[in-house]
Order: sequence, then structure tokens, then C-alpha cells
Amino acid sequence: MMKTESILEKILAAGHLAVTSECGPPRGALPDKVREKAEMLRGSVDGINVTDNQTAMVRMSSLAACIIIRQMGLNPILQMVSRDRNRLAMQSDIIGAYSFGIDTMLCLSGDHPRFGDHPMAANVHDIDSVQMLDMVRTMRDEGKFQGGDKLDGPPKMFIGAAANPFADPFELRVARLAKKVNAGVDFIQTQCIYNLDKFELWMQGVRDRGLDEKVAIMAGITPMKSVGMARYMKNKVPGMDVPDELIKRMAGVPKEKQAEEGIKICVESIQRLKEVKGVRGFHIMAIEWEQKVPEIMERAGLLPRPQV
Amino acid sequence: MDKFEPVIVAFCCHYCAYTAADMAGTQRVQYPPSVKVIRVPCAGKVDAIHIMKALEKGADGVMVGGCLEGDCHFREGNTRAAKRVDYVRKLLDDIGFEGERVEMFTASAGMGERFGQIATEFTEKILQLGPNPVKTATSQAAQRAAS
Amino acid sequence: MITAERKPMEELIAYLRPFRRILLLGCNECVTVCAAGGRKEVGLLSSALQMRFAKEGKPIEIEEITLERQCDPEYVEELVSRIDQADAVMSMACGCGIQEVARRFQDKPVFPAVNTTFMGASERQGVWAERCQGCGNCVLGVTAGVCPIARCSKQLLNGPCGGSTKGKCEVDPDIDCAWQLIWDRLKALGMTEQYEENIPAKDWRTGRGGGPRKIVREDLA
Repeated sequence: MMKTESILEKILAAGHLAVTSECGPPRGALPDKVREKAEMLRGSVDGINVTDNQTAMVRMSSLAACIIIRQMGLNPILQMVSRDRNRLAMQSDIIGAYSFGIDTMLCLSGDHPRFGDHPMAANVHDIDSVQMLDMVRTMRDEGKFQGGDKLDGPPKMFIGAAANPFADPFELRVARLAKKVNAGVDFIQTQCIYNLDKFELWMQGVRDRGLDEKVAIMAGITPMKSVGMARYMKNKVPGMDVPDELIKRMAGVPKEKQAEEGIKICVESIQRLKEVKGVRGFHIMAIEWEQKVPEIMERAGLLPRPQV
Repeated sequence: MDKFEPVIVAFCCHYCAYTAADMAGTQRVQYPPSVKVIRVPCAGKVDAIHIMKALEKGADGVMVGGCLEGDCHFREGNTRAAKRVDYVRKLLDDIGFEGERVEMFTASAGMGERFGQIATEFTEKILQLGPNPVKTATSQAAQRAAS
Repeated sequence: MITAERKPMEELIAYLRPFRRILLLGCNECVTVCAAGGRKEVGLLSSALQMRFAKEGKPIEIEEITLERQCDPEYVEELVSRIDQADAVMSMACGCGIQEVARRFQDKPVFPAVNTTFMGASERQGVWAERCQGCGNCVLGVTAGVCPIARCSKQLLNGPCGGSTKGKCEVDPDIDCAWQLIWDRLKALGMTEQYEENIPAKDWRTGRGGGPRKIVREDLA
């Protein structure tokens, strides 16, 4: 029984591996930049995530960029963080998004403003990501606002969330997924995976609790462009696990060949993760490297995308 | 212009710094008469307010003397005194006074020579810094009132 | 206690410059405990200000009074006999005390000497950390005695977020991840099933969200 009209839901329900990718909106009123990036992904993916003031830097709103992408006949996924909006604004934007045919969204907490361009801003966090999932599910399935009033024209959103098997404490990371499942999440996109052993350990925990039957888990993948990028992600990005062997492998290749090596590693990871029970798809985050996504998809044997 | 004769208050702990000052006297080590020694049971007894009051009332410089690091008779008194001296130095900078008018030193009981040396060096520094700005302002005000 | 820190000297000097006679008020409660505005701190500030204004050639008179508390009108009333001897008042109490003094003496300028910061507890001598944000509906019973609203940088009620690293918050390695603390406590108490009970969206009306708050005890008022 389908909950929504979402292409992503349909592809997953049909038993295919789903693929999504990501688009970061521009830091200005530059709609063509959105169109350029989205166009690069046409035909390679089932859905395009649009980030929401990522790393707490102001960008064109996810909602606006999603509308632009929808109008191109593509499939945007609205990302919404709890950092910048209270529950009124969230519900308002969700209704608005659905009115433009946006039917898939991701509920997130959001990076702290400390890291962004407005460290002086107030953190809203009226509700957290788990409560947001519950709220969107209530709007969709019960036709009610979070406050309890009846809602006409309920938004039929296919609801996603993030999971990070690599953040601390590890022993909590399956339980946190369970919380999100209880709150009504339909699909999960994980933080990008470099430590495949650890990811498989997490998936074991997920399967032990039967959570893989209740939620579609999409493995996050980010191709490395250079050994510098690998080191940066290892040392400077919280919640990221980059094994030393990966750094060594990237470093062992001359500079002009590192990007190709990064793509190779990316494709190998996808091939290995295809075999992991419970992995229902991939979320490719090729930040400022969107043009490589079609190639990665091709080499990973994920093209053409199924038509449903 | 009268020659500047600095007034320097030296809070010295009974167990070490004061005994060192005493030793300087016994050993006839020369040090400037500007340094007035006040005996305290421990440098840690000296609080920020004592230092501030000394300066407020016209002292040109204040020294706080304690035992050598690790040797404080009361275990941590010298460490606490050092932190308080730092605090007062910063406070003085914040109000436009020279933080260097206050200094912490350590010595052991037998270091008469060292005490003399420290006292001489500190007096030199105060001579360079000049009189306490409070005194200068007060005397200027008095001169204006008199004329 | 409510914690506070002395404001930068330049700001205090600017407030007081137009005045000759100052009443400098300390408070014997919270600000004494966090060494920001008790008797000692009043003495230090008074000394510093007098030195500074003397240096400028404009000496200032400061009367130092430390009240038991400034947030109760009965104590503030004790100032009645001294208030006429002052052109202005500077208070080293928290914002609650400062406002009470200002309310009582409508015709005297009242200036804050401190920035009131948070409700917290001592971690050790000289170190105080935020513990409570007065949300008005305490969740400590279900979070094993650690408050996620005051101590989680994102006030998540169903944390931790994906940035928790080695028990510390992604925002600052000196900040403990509140949800790590909660989880550790739940383990120690043998109550780990509690973790998966989702805490529903908070009603912020009991907190600041409902407007400035008041408690009226009918049996006492």
C-alpha cells in the first residue's frame, strides 16, 4: 500500500535499488545555478536532495530550489532542518512544498550556527528531527496539524531522515534509528561511508532488530577528489570515519590521478554495499562535483534508472 | 620637581620571602630603602584587594613574595598568590594603569642575596614607570587648587 | 546559582563618568558564590574605579554596600537611608537584583556592573557551567538527571545528533555531549529502554515562549 505518489517510494516498493543525489543551492538569487546542477543529474538519479542552509551558511532556501527543480520535470527532495524554523514555519513550508508537487522530504536537526556565516543567530530547535518526523507523519496520515487542528489538503510526503553510523556513541546508533522508525520515517540516507566494516557492523545491528524491514536504508557515498580532501574529512569533519588505508591509497597515487582513484574507490564501495542485506539504495553526495554522478552511476552498473 | 622616591610595598611570606629579606639585612646586602616589607603568614593570604588598596593609597609598586615553587609551607599558597597577582595586573591594565607595577617573586629562606637583587631590580622598574598616576593626579589637583 | 561576570571596565567607566557620588551594591547570594559581585568584588571594583577616576583628575566617591539579596524588596529597602547620598547606583547583582533596585528608586540611574549569564552549578573551584534554562516543565525525570535543553547545543529532546564525537559536542570540544551523559547515566541505572521512548514536541508556553512568567502562591500572597 503506497503512502504517497513519490517516485522514490515507487522504486523502492518495486524492489529496485534507489539512487538519490544532492544539490546545494547558491548563496544568492541565482536560479540558473540550480538549473545547471540539477540538469547534470537528469536521468542518473531517482531524486535530488536540496540542502537547507547547509553548514549553517545562508543559501537559497531548499523550498525555492526544489520548486525550480520540480518545474524542470525532475524529482526534488526537500531538506528541512530544525535549526532555522519553528513548527509553524515548518508546517507552512511543507504544505507549500506539496502544493508545488514536492512529495519527498528529509527531516534533520542541522549543523550548529557556530560553523556558519551567522554564528550570532538564535538557534530555533522548536522541535527536533525525531519530533519533526512524527509531525509530518501526522499531517500526512491523520490530516492534522502538530497542534491538533484538522488540516485540509494533507501533504502526502514520503518522509526521510539521516543516520550516522559513525558518530559516537556507536552503541546508540541503532537505537537512534529505532527512535526514528517509531516516529514514522520511511527512508534513511546515511552519512557518507568510508569505513565499510563499521557500516556493516551497524547494518547487522539494524537487521537484528528487524529495522531493515521497516525503513529503506540508502547508503551515503561521497567520492574523494584528492588526498587533501580525504585528510580534511578525516580530521576536520565531526561524525566522519575515514580509515587510514583510504588516505594511504589516495596518497599513493600522483596528484593528477587522485580524482580518478577517488571515483574508483567510490564505485568499489557501491559494489560491495550492493551485497549488504538491508541496503536499499544509494545517496551520492558529490559536493561541487555533481558532473561525476552520471559516470559513477554508469560504472557502478546503476544505469539506466528504472521507470515506474 | 622633587626627586621621585618610590614607595614599594612587599608582602612577604613568613616562611621564605620574609626570612630571605631578613637574611639580606643580616648579610648587609644592599637594597633600596623604598621597599617596605610586610610579613604575612603565607603569600596565599594576600588577596587582590590588599594589592589594590596599597596602590589606591599611593604605593608606586607592590611585590608579593612566596616560597619557591613546590615548597610552599601551606602547599599551594604561592600558586594562588601568583594567580591573584596576574588577576590584579590585568585589572590594572583595564583601568589604564601599568600592570607591571605589581609582581610576584619566589625565594627560599636563605636567599638574602636574591632578595636584595629582586628588590633592586623592581625599584629600577618602578623608577622607570614613574610615580603612581593617582599621586600625580592628586598633586596636580592640589597645585591647581593652590594657585 | 545564577552566574554573572563583571562587565568590561571601559563600559563601567563610561556609565559612571557623569556622576560624582556612587552607591556600589553587592549581593551576598549567587554572585558571591561565583565571585562576580559579592563583598570582595565590590571592594575590588570600588578600588579600581577610584584609582581610575583619580588618575583622570575627577575623583569619585563610592559607598560600598553589600545586601543579603537584591531580589527581595525588604532588603533593597535598607538602602533608603543611603540613597540620597548618591547620584547614581551601580549594582553587581544579577539582572533580577538590579531591576529590583531600579524599581524601588525611580529617580536614580541604576547601572549593571555585571553581565548575568546562566543558571548553573560549580564544576570545581572557579569553574561554573550552565545547567538549567528554566523551561518550566522539567524533563530530568526521563533524562536520567541531565538536561538536554540546557546542555545540548541544539536542545534536542531525542538526541544525540550525528556530530557527537568521543563524548563531546561538535560545537566545542570542551562541551560534553549531553546525550552521551544521559546515555551513560541510563546505563549506570540499568534503564536503557528509557532511551527509545520518544519525547514528544515540547510545549514552550511554560518557558519563555509564553511571555514573561510569574508565580502566584495563593496561600502566601
